[in-house]
Amino acid sequence: MEVAGSGKATVTLPTLEQILITREFDAPRHLVYRAWTTPELVRRWWSGNRGEVTVAEIDLRVGGTWRYVMVKDDGFEAAFHGEYREIVPNERIVATEVYEGMPEAEALNTVTFAEADARTTLTMLVEHASKEARDAHIASGMETGMREAMDLLERVTNALR
Amino acid sequence: MARAATTTDAFNAVAELRRRQILDLLASGERPVGDLVRGLGMSQPLVSKHLRVLREVGAVEVRDEGRRRMYRLNARALKPIHDWVRGYERFWSERFDRMEAVLEDLKREEEGGGGGG
Repeated sequence: MEVAGSGKATVTLPTLEQILITREFDAPRHLVYRAWTTPELVRRWWSGNRGEVTVAEIDLRVGGTWRYVMVKDDGFEAAFHGEYREIVPNERIVATEVYEGMPEAEALNTVTFAEADARTTLTMLVEHASKEARDAHIASGMETGMREAMDLLERVTNALR
Repeated sequence: MARAATTTDAFNAVAELRRRQILDLLASGERPVGDLVRGLGMSQPLVSKHLRVLREVGAVEVRDEGRRRMYRLNARALKPIHDWVRGYERFWSERFDRMEAVLEDLKREEEGGGGGG
């Protein structure tokens, strides 16, 4: 079921080290891209309902860096930064992401903006690219997808509701 | 109890296709191991190996009924995965809801810039 004007974010786990986030917006993609890449606009949404964005720095060019800091309502500070790897204006941004509390675990984020009928589907693929994550993955021989696991979980956890 | 390092949590347990198939079969109710062997078309030793992993994380439980070993799902053991994903999804939903408010402002600005408003 879809609610007009207020899409819901969906999160799936396509493979063990990937997370895929999808959301549709009732806006053309150049505006979604602008909201994603303009510091004063990022400040308005990036912390959700959990605090304030105190830093939003964006140097939007390949090799440029970004850094966001959020202070939660309980005073806890969470800082993230990364480097832009690929930029196709209004279409696609590839950038690394590091949570500064766990600097050894770097992820690679691919964000795409796809427009149809004046609506924009934003997808963000998070790939955990750290050596530790990769090694753990190889060591455990987990090559199979997690999307099926999520479908299964939906079914089996219905019993818990 | 010593356990293999790769099979100690629910995430690892469900990362394997065959184990997901076992959980899927058990989702519809308790079954004897022979049903699982037939349902999966795998050898009993292999099915037993996967069942052992699932039992270690508590995803399945076993009881003896006469000479049959009956397996059933314990979905509660898989709840950590479900909860983690749902929590992550909630946070991104909050962010995107806020972004939607930003987009409404941007749309109004564009319309206003065109002389309409």
